[in-house]
Amino acid sequence: MSTDLETPIPTKFDVSDFDPQARRARSIRRILLGVVALVAVIGLPWWVYPPIAVDIAAWALFAISVDLLLGFVGLLSFGHAAFWGVSAYSAGLIAQNLGVPFPVAIIGGAIAAMIIAVPIGYLAVKRAGIYFAMVTLAFAQMIWFVANQWNDVTGGENGLQGVPKSFFGIELIETEAFYFYYVAVILIVLGAWLAWRIVNSPFGRVLVAIRDNPSRTRALGYDVERYKLIAFVLSAGIAGIAGGVFAISHGFVSLQELDWSTSGKVVLMTVLGGMGTLWGGPIGAAVIVLLEDRLATSGFDGIGIITGSIFILCVLLFRRGIWGTAKNLIDKATAAFAKRKG
Amino acid sequence: MEAFLQYTVQGLAAGGFYALAALGLAVIFGALGVVNFAHGSFYMLGAVTAAVLLDVLDIHFWASLVIVPILMFIFGVIVELLLVQWLLKLDILYNFLLTFGLSLVLVDLVKRQYGVSGLPYEQPAGLDGLIRLGSVEIPAYQLFVFLFSLAVCLIVWLVLAKTRVGMIVRAATEEPERARALGINVSAWVTPVFGFGVALAGLAGVLAAPFRAVTATMGSNFVIILFAIVVIGGLGSVLGAVVAGFLVGLVEAYGQGYAGTFSQVLIFVLMAVVIMVRPAGLFGRKEAV
Repeated sequence: MSTDLETPIPTKFDVSDFDPQARRARSIRRILLGVVALVAVIGLPWWVYPPIAVDIAAWALFAISVDLLLGFVGLLSFGHAAFWGVSAYSAGLIAQNLGVPFPVAIIGGAIAAMIIAVPIGYLAVKRAGIYFAMVTLAFAQMIWFVANQWNDVTGGENGLQGVPKSFFGIELIETEAFYFYYVAVILIVLGAWLAWRIVNSPFGRVLVAIRDNPSRTRALGYDVERYKLIAFVLSAGIAGIAGGVFAISHGFVSLQELDWSTSGKVVLMTVLGGMGTLWGGPIGAAVIVLLEDRLATSGFDGIGIITGSIFILCVLLFRRGIWGTAKNLIDKATAAFAKRKG
Repeated sequence: MEAFLQYTVQGLAAGGFYALAALGLAVIFGALGVVNFAHGSFYMLGAVTAAVLLDVLDIHFWASLVIVPILMFIFGVIVELLLVQWLLKLDILYNFLLTFGLSLVLVDLVKRQYGVSGLPYEQPAGLDGLIRLGSVEIPAYQLFVFLFSLAVCLIVWLVLAKTRVGMIVRAATEEPERARALGINVSAWVTPVFGFGVALAGLAGVLAAPFRAVTATMGSNFVIILFAIVVIGGLGSVLGAVVAGFLVGLVEAYGQGYAGTFSQVLIFVLMAVVIMVRPAGLFGRKEAV
């Protein structure tokens, strides 16, 4: 895939890296953003209905996992529901059968997602760009078929019912979603931090190099396919954490978690928020989850018409997404300010 | 043996829908470089249009077989002019995402209008019986679908390979720069070719209407199998789309016949094998990877 994603992605060696003033401005901005994010994470269940807050957190991390591939390796995975769903089922089954505290079940789910990601990723990274999207989509659909047919384990069309939320002996029942949120969000933040670490590591730099120019990166001696595969499996693990949280929160896993529309929805969140930014995903997730909640409670039964239209408008007119656009404006304003001062 | 023949005809009929629709997908990809996610929805719209024509205007199958593709062609041209063309110069992913959004809208619009239970459509008169082939009886309609799709695929292939129009389209799709340099107005061909691809999907939908349930979601699984087909056949290849279409139809039918529960998985196993052996697909060119 040629990268014409039009998104402002931090380049490796910005000239401003060596300009102390710009560096200070950037670190101030980073601290400010961190504070805003922290307040948002802590305050969320006070502002919105707690189960919805958990949904937002889970989808946010899911979107981050997609952006890790799309924005930083240039791979559009259109089958990420496979990892979200496999983890949801695995976490649900672990919680049901082993009686372990739910964070353990979620970690187990994430590991299951990573295991399943190895063969899928191995095959998918043989193709790039749009082929990659189609291959991931097709394998995700294969997993959907398996889950649909494998009644004894997955409950087939009825789904997996009655997933417990036990936390070291305490049963967090439905009404206590408020407390569940604060335990679950630790896992979510951990996953987001992991994604951030990956992107800002030497490994992440190689990924961006692969995105920008795969042949040159290969010529430099990097095993491009292996890097892609590792990134794919890590991304699947992060999606798995998100899927596990979602499953435990709902106490129920349905086939919907593996459906291709779930893969599409998370890509929509990523694009709407702004791909290649990591921050965009959570913003897109919040917008879409809140919108769907509002539409569902108002009794409107054509959610696809609205989300589909947002998708179309976003791709036609608003390709940087919400955070990409905001960041661009901030960058321009800072530059203008610095110019006037200097 | 009888069962085997039965499955074969069933597979070739299913392959007929797949081949026609995958051919449309391949033609659109060739001409525009667009992977059309909405192709399944266009297939569904074809079937729904046929059902509505029958219900409201009493237009029967044989007439629908002509009218629906024309309507779908017009619809495709409108979609291309309104939406698709604005993104042609950008990364291919944008059109994939755009058509994904479009398919969400189309499916939900149909769902709101006609509900989820589906529209009735009866077998066309003259094709509702069984045909005896040696010791086996084969539904006439399945045989018809196979022969009809094969004929359409052949005609499309002949037009692309032998006629002047086909030559221009091929030149425009395979070497757009050189074609432009030779004075061929490449962009003039883009819109009608998109419409043509949509018409093929719609035609597959009409053929499916008497055979499968006409519902808003009938294209959802279909489009993913189409993607598996084009990965198997090689996305740039018209021949690949047709051959892989029939191949997948057969695999699906034998799977349902012999493997039972997990038969649908076989298609994706086939895809995995092809990716491992020939990443570009059976008929794909290497550089298309």
